[in-house]
Amino acid sequence: MCYGCNQFLGSCELMNVTSTESELRALMLASSDGDGAAYRTLLERLGAQLRAYFRGQLNRINRGAVEAEDLVQEALLAVHTRRHTYDPSQLFTPWVYAIARYKFIDYLRRTKVSAKDIPVDETDELTARDDHGPVESSLDLDRLLTGLSPKVKQIIQYVKLDGLSVSEAATRCGMSESAVKVSVHRGLKALALLMSKENRV
Amino acid sequence: MKTDQLIDILSTNLEPVKRGQIAKTLALALIVGGAAAFCVMLSTVGLRSGLTFSLHFLALKLLFTLSLLGIGTVLLARLTRPGQSGKKLSTLTYLPFLVIAITGAVALGFENPMMWGRMLLGMNWVTCLLCIPLFAVVPFVALIWFLRKGAPTDLRRTGAIAGLVAGALGATAYAFHCPDDSISFIAIWYGAMVALCAFVGALLGPRLLRW
Repeated sequence: MCYGCNQFLGSCELMNVTSTESELRALMLASSDGDGAAYRTLLERLGAQLRAYFRGQLNRINRGAVEAEDLVQEALLAVHTRRHTYDPSQLFTPWVYAIARYKFIDYLRRTKVSAKDIPVDETDELTARDDHGPVESSLDLDRLLTGLSPKVKQIIQYVKLDGLSVSEAATRCGMSESAVKVSVHRGLKALALLMSKENRV
Repeated sequence: MKTDQLIDILSTNLEPVKRGQIAKTLALALIVGGAAAFCVMLSTVGLRSGLTFSLHFLALKLLFTLSLLGIGTVLLARLTRPGQSGKKLSTLTYLPFLVIAITGAVALGFENPMMWGRMLLGMNWVTCLLCIPLFAVVPFVALIWFLRKGAPTDLRRTGAIAGLVAGALGATAYAFHCPDDSISFIAIWYGAMVALCAFVGALLGPRLLRW
């Protein structure tokens, strides 16, 4: 790896990076207040950046685009279930990058690739590139959903897939609204866990 | 699965993030852990009898344990957030150990070597040895519960600091029983036991904290 080139590229794209940081951060802050449209934009942009990051990392150990997409999805779900750990007074990009890096190292550990074999970049290259060529991941949503308890699966189906409002789902399931919210939260956390288990292979 | 499909799922019916969740959960873990450590102390060895209580030495013991508790708590709040490594602050945790070790050694220097045995081993170093880790168990479990709700990315360091804080809570509870009033005793046994808790935490962290 040419470290000098990386640094050069980094400084060339510095302007781009700073504007991205402020844009992404604004989107994150809006999402934290419950703005679904801002959140969708945020996740789409993060998806492209994470794809570039994971493809770059996986290239070095000769793994392909499908594994990268698995990791993109795992990281996006991690961003979602852990979004309360983002401190609004701090920069947003280092937070996402730390999650992506953690998920990548965890992936290496799971797949028994020694982290010593390939240096995981310390440089903040997450925002440097975008990759808009998604492929399908190896994860199957229906199969993942069968790993949830029937009740939680039903609620995820209503609220997250069919787009019913929380109160509608609550009436249909005969549960309180807060119980529905808790179930959605638990369900997504359980999905994140199932996903990282699937990605082990 | 297509990534767009996942993004659909995540952004549909998005709930706002509750503010201050981390601080609340951490406070709860510390209160429950601290109260449990104190109760275990009361139900096993009990408070030191009032007549022989030396407030000076109690204050000294608490100064040591609470300074570790303070630094450790700030660190835990940071380590549970990705992107905040807390590396510099981690070095600060050595400071209380260093200060107590130096003052302990100085105190020994001023005393007749004949007294060293009593100053170092005290009346019941064995009790101290057993009690601090025992009292630290519930606080450790409570802190792991807290950390699992967060997103620590350096699991070994985070585990070590959780062990340190749990050990500091255990030592705080033990200070209310401890009949040994010697700074050298505090330096050796309190220091070693809290350090041991941190070491065990570092070993367990990567297993317990994965997400």
